[in-house]
Amino acid sequence: MKVRIQRDGGMAEYAVAARASQTVLDVVTEIQREQAPDLAYRFACRVGMCGSCAMEVNGVARWTCRTHVSRVVGADGVLELRPLANLPVIRDLVTDMAPFFEKWSRAGGQFVPKDGVVPAEFAVVPPASPQRREADAGIECIGCGVCYASCDIVSWNADYLGPAAMNRAWTLVNDERDGARAGRLRAVAGDAGCHSCHSTQGCTERCPKGLDPSGAIAGLKRTIFWGLA
Amino acid sequence: MRDRRHPAYWGFVLHRASGVALALFLPLHFWALGQAIHGAAALDGFLRLVDHPLFTLAEWGLVVLLALHLAGGLRVMALEFLGWRHRQKDLVAASAGFAFGIGMMFLLHVG
Ligand code: SF4
Ligand code: SF4
Ligand code: FES
Repeated sequence: MKVRIQRDGGMAEYAVAARASQTVLDVVTEIQREQAPDLAYRFACRVGMCGSCAMEVNGVARWTCRTHVSRVVGADGVLELRPLANLPVIRDLVTDMAPFFEKWSRAGGQFVPKDGVVPAEFAVVPPASPQRREADAGIECIGCGVCYASCDIVSWNADYLGPAAMNRAWTLVNDERDGARAGRLRAVAGDAGCHSCHSTQGCTERCPKGLDPSGAIAGLKRTIFWGLA
Repeated sequence: MRDRRHPAYWGFVLHRASGVALALFLPLHFWALGQAIHGAAALDGFLRLVDHPLFTLAEWGLVVLLALHLAGGLRVMALEFLGWRHRQKDLVAASAGFAFGIGMMFLLHVG
């Protein structure tokens, strides 16, 4: 199998043997171990939990540790790997995630307990309540940046908060223990916030965890529209 | 290149493109109506031109554009106001089908 990798000096080409159940991350690791020891890439858990291994695989952002080569290799047998889009490249396949997480905090991504103190007792939130369900729907985000790399608005407007940050904000808006609702809704209501989203659903389409950031953003739009701050 | 190969994105593009095309058509529309200012004869003269099959074709395109834009708008409203989520792909298909249906109905009507 032919593997093309975008490296600092341009596109580099490698040949790797195809194996059964091989993941894209396996291929990159094999190249780094046996052919190009200076190839920079990132991974940690290898089981879809840490969110560090995302890359553009044949033009689509994916978590590489859970992506089987057989599912994504081109008809011509070529695998083309590039660093995640919409983020500054540090080296080879490694991107700087700082702008991505900086936007999480700008979108009010931190939990703020009501009255400023965490109560001594556990809060009881009925699992079946609609708000709990909304929060649940977005809570499994691993911060991989796949949605962020798949969004046009992020590439058009450098300030746009992006799907993951607003998915997080929506989760907290639905958290009845949270005390920063109004400020958070203000933070996501600006020009770089939810109203800039075109509902193209690239984020929802590509999120490896099956989350629906597009739906979360629609929820924010709705909440602000009806003045439920 | 950014990854845009999924139905929901095509839905967005169709909605946007039909909107732009309709906006471009508007001046023409007003100009035609403006012919009435020059008296009934002028308008009638123009409208006779419109009987040409080419115009019927263009008219059909216009109806499809309108239907596409309407359906696209309904789709976005369903997503954003009603919070529909998982049926998004079907929605795009339904919108396209709706536009196609309106186009066909118009053709039958003309024929
Ligand atoms: S739905 Fe909104 S946030 Fe998601 S990819 Fe499209 S424009 Fe970006
Ligand atoms: S919402 Fe999904 S795609 Fe986006 S960062 Fe979280 S897990 Fe990754
Ligand atoms: S290595 Fe942790 S998600 Fe892929």
